[in-house]
Amino acid sequence: MGELLELSVAQAVARIEAGEVSRGEYFAAWRQAAAGDELNAYLWRAEEGGEGEGALGGIPVAVKDLFCTDGVETTAGSRILEGHRPLYTATAVRKLAEAGASVLGKTNMDEFAMGSSNENSAYGPVLNPWDRERVPGGSSGGSAAVVGGRLAPCAIGTDTGGSIRQPAALCGIVGLKPTYGAISRYGMIAFASSLDQCGPLTRDVTDAALLLAAMQGRDPCDSTSVGIEGGVEAPRREDLAGLRFAVPAELAHDAIEPGVREVFEATLKRIEELGGEIAEAPLPHAEHGISAYYVIAPAEASSNLARYDGVRYGIRKGEAGDLIEMYETTRAEGFGEEVKRRIMLGTYALSSGYYEAYYGRAQKVRTKIAEDYAAAFARFDFVVTPTSPSVAFRLGEKTDDPLAMYMNDFFTVPMSLAGIPAISIPAGLATPNGGGPELPVGFQIAAPAFAEQRLLDAAYALERAIGFEARPGDGAGG
Amino acid sequence: MAELEAVIGLEIHVQLSTRTKMFCGCELSFGDEPNVHTCPVCLAHPGVLPVPNEEAIRYALKIAAALECEVAPRSIFHRKNYFYPDNPKAYQISQYDLPLAVNGRLGEIRIHRAHLEEDAAKTIHLGESGRIHGSGASLVDFNRGGTPLVEIVTEPDLRSAAEAATWARLLRTTVRQLGVSDVNMEEGSLRVDANVSVRAAGSERLGTKTELKNMNSFRFLERGIEAELARQRELIGAGGTVVQETLHFHPEDGSLTPLRSKEEAHDYRYFPEPDLVPLAPTEAMLREARESLPELPEARLRRYGEEMGVAEDVATVLVADPDTADYFERVAAAAGGVEPRVVANWVTGELAAALRGDGGESAAASKVEPEALATLVAMVQEKKISHGSGKAVLAALVAEGGDPLAIVEREGLAQISDSGELESIVAAAVDANPDAAEQVRAGNQKAIGAIVGAVMKETKGRADGGEVNRLIRAKLGA
Repeated sequence: MGELLELSVAQAVARIEAGEVSRGEYFAAWRQAAAGDELNAYLWRAEEGGEGEGALGGIPVAVKDLFCTDGVETTAGSRILEGHRPLYTATAVRKLAEAGASVLGKTNMDEFAMGSSNENSAYGPVLNPWDRERVPGGSSGGSAAVVGGRLAPCAIGTDTGGSIRQPAALCGIVGLKPTYGAISRYGMIAFASSLDQCGPLTRDVTDAALLLAAMQGRDPCDSTSVGIEGGVEAPRREDLAGLRFAVPAELAHDAIEPGVREVFEATLKRIEELGGEIAEAPLPHAEHGISAYYVIAPAEASSNLARYDGVRYGIRKGEAGDLIEMYETTRAEGFGEEVKRRIMLGTYALSSGYYEAYYGRAQKVRTKIAEDYAAAFARFDFVVTPTSPSVAFRLGEKTDDPLAMYMNDFFTVPMSLAGIPAISIPAGLATPNGGGPELPVGFQIAAPAFAEQRLLDAAYALERAIGFEARPGDGAGG
Repeated sequence: MAELEAVIGLEIHVQLSTRTKMFCGCELSFGDEPNVHTCPVCLAHPGVLPVPNEEAIRYALKIAAALECEVAPRSIFHRKNYFYPDNPKAYQISQYDLPLAVNGRLGEIRIHRAHLEEDAAKTIHLGESGRIHGSGASLVDFNRGGTPLVEIVTEPDLRSAAEAATWARLLRTTVRQLGVSDVNMEEGSLRVDANVSVRAAGSERLGTKTELKNMNSFRFLERGIEAELARQRELIGAGGTVVQETLHFHPEDGSLTPLRSKEEAHDYRYFPEPDLVPLAPTEAMLREARESLPELPEARLRRYGEEMGVAEDVATVLVADPDTADYFERVAAAAGGVEPRVVANWVTGELAAALRGDGGESAAASKVEPEALATLVAMVQEKKISHGSGKAVLAALVAEGGDPLAIVEREGLAQISDSGELESIVAAAVDANPDAAEQVRAGNQKAIGAIVGAVMKETKGRADGGEVNRLIRAKLGA
C-alpha cells in the first residue's frame, strides 16, 4: 500500500493503464492516507472515486475549497459560506473529471484566498508537514500540505499574488501559476478577478504538466479565458543550452534569508552547468508590486465579496432587525479579520475622491511592471527569483504584523500583476533564521505569457539536475 | 422677475426583447411565476462569471445607429457597487466613462450617450406604503434581474413638459420600429426619468436640477414635469433655491415626494469589470446594424407629408405605431387611384373609431384586410356607395371581416344610380315637407336639411348626399 503512495501521478496513470495497479486499490490507498490527516489540511474527504478513464484515469485530486463542487460543501475557508452546497461544478474540476481524475477531498485555505500562511482560515490553521509548528504558506496551504505530506498525489489551488507558488515552496513541492486566462475561472470563488488563476500543486514538474494539460482551455463560461494554443505536453528537455535566464537587478537589495539566498545561488550555478546563461536584468517597478497589488486585489475583493449578505446562501445573522442590520450582522460574524481588513482597504481605494490616487495609480504601476517584463523577455527566455524570501515561518510569527505577512508575496506578486506564468520548484533545504531543522526552499521561474511549455521544459531539466529527494520526516521535524 | 425657462433632459431605460438575459442563459419573461427564470449566474452564487449576450449587443448597436450615435471602438463595462436586495451581486454591470455610443440625435434633441447594462430584480414591499421604509417584509422576484437594458441619456434640450412627452413618444416609436423592445411603459419595458431645472430665459447657465422617477405613462411624464416646473418656479419666485434631489412621482394624486436620503447617498465606487473584456464591435457588426435599420418614424413622417400629401397630424398618428403605418401603406397601395390622403383619413378616422367601439384592436390585428379596406374606400370615392353606407360596411368588416362587395350586395347598400328613381323620391320628400320647401325658396339654406333627411330615410342612406342636395335645389329653384 505504502508503495502506491510513492508513485508520481504520471507513474500511477501508466501502472493503472497497464493493469498493474487497480483503480480501487489506488484510490483506497489515498483515501486511507487522507483519513490520517493530522495537518488540518482537509475540510472534506470523498468516500468513493477513482473510476474515471483518460489521461488522469483513476487519479484522486485534492481540490482547494475555493472551487465549487456540485452538492459538496464549498466554504472558501470562510464562516460566511458554512454549509453552502453549490449547484454546479467549477470548469477546472469538471475538466479534471473528464480526464479521468476524481476529487479526493476539499482542502483548507486562507479565507477567500487572502493570506500567506493559512492562518486566516475560519476552520483553523493548516500545519506544515515538515514542521508542525510552522505554517505551510498560503493561501493554498491545504493543497500544498496534502501533496508535501503525502496525503494526496496531487492538488489544485489558486494563485492571486503567489498563493500556489509560495505554499508549494514552503512545503517542498512544485506549484505552477499559469498565464492569466489559461484555465477557466468559472466556479472558482472570486478573490481578485483580474489576478486569480487556477493551477496545479504536484510532486514534480511532469505531474504539473499533466494537470495543466487537462485543465487549460477556453471556456464559454469565462469571457477572460483563452487557453494555451497548441496545448501542453509532458516536458522532456534535459539541458538548458542556449537559454537565457534573467535575475532581477533589484534582488540584491532585498531582505532574503541567508539560507534561501544560498540555495538560490547554488541553483543559478546548476543552470549554468546545464548550459543556461545568467545575467542581471532591470525590473525597476517590481519593488512597487506589493503596493500596487495590495490596492488592486482588495479593491476587486471589496466588490466580489459584497454578495455575501445572508440573503441567498451561507449563514444569515441579525434577522430580527431590518435589512441593513441583517447585512451588517451577517458580514460582521461571517468574515474574519483579514477579509474585513481588505474589504475596508479596497472600499477606500475605490471611493469617490480617492479612486485616482489609489486604484488609478496602482493600475499604472501594474502596466509599468508588465512593460518591465515585456522588455526583459525581449532579451531573456526566463526571469528567476527565490519563490519566497524565507522558508516556512512559525505559526503566529507574523499574524500581528500584516505588512510583514504581505512581504511574503514580494517575489510572486509581480508575475501575477503582469499576468505571466511562473513555477516554483523545490531547489534545496535551508536552515531558517533563528535555527532549527532544515526546510525546503523554492526556486521561481517566470516566462512570457502562454509560454507554459517552454517554462515546464526548463523547470523539468532543472528539476532533474537538482534531484531534490528530501521529504518531511527525514529531518527532526515531521 | 425674468421669465423662468424650463430645461429638461430625459434618461430612458429600454428593456431589450432578446431571448435571454444580458449575462446568462435564462429566458426573459413577463408575468411568469416569481423566480422561475433564474440560475447561479443571475442569482450571483459564489464563483459564477458573466458572459455577454451577443444578441443584446446587436440590438444596442441598432439603437445606436437609429439615434445616429458614434459607436466606441472599445467600450468598457464597469461595476456600479451598491447593496440592495434587487441587486444580488451587490453591483450592477453597467457602463461608465467609455459607453457604447455617444453624440447622437433624434429629431431636434441631441443624445448624450447610450449604454448597455443589466436590469435589477423586482422588489415588492409588503405594507401600505409600497416602499421599503415602513414595510414589514419585502419579496424579491429575480425573473427580471439581468434583463438587458439600453440606457439613453439626452442632452438638456427639451423646453417644456409637452415637448418632453412628445419627444419620448417619438423615441418609443423609433425603438419599436427597430423591433428590439416591447417599449411598454406600463409593463416597465420603457422607463423614462426626467432631469428638470429652470433658469432665467436666455441664460446659458443651467439651474440646479431634480430627478423625477416613477412616471409610468407619457401622461404621467408630462404631469410630473409640469408639477415639478411649477414647484421650482414658485420656489424661486418666493426667493428660495432648488435642492438637487430625486423625486418620486405618485400617479394617484400627481404629487412628488423626495426619496429618503439614505436610499440616495451612494458612492457607487465604479471600476472596470474585471470579469469582462472590452466590447469591441467588428466593422461587420456595425454595418449590419446600420443596414438593418428600417425606415424610421422621422423619415416616414416626412415621406407621408411630402410624397403622399397626408396631413401632418394624421401622419403623426400613423407613424406612432409602426404596424398601423405598415397597414396604411398596404391599403394605399391596394386602393389604386384613391389619394393616400383619403386612405390615411379612413385609417385614422373611421377605422380607428370602429375598432375602438369593437374592443380596441389595432388595425393590423383586426379582421379588416388592407385589400378589403382599399376596396371599400374606392367604392365610396367612386360614389358606388354613400359615405354613410361605407361606415356600415366598415362596421360589418370589423365584426366579421370578409369582402366589402359581398356585404354591399347582401345588405343592398349600393347607391341609387338611377337618377329617375332618385328624382321621384326627392319630389315626394319636397311635397311631404311644404314648410321647409317654402323656407328654402325664401333663401334659408339650412332648411334643406329636413328634406335631405327625409330622402335619406326613404333610401336608407343609399343616396349620395351631394346629388340629393343638387336635385332638391333644382326642384325648388333655389
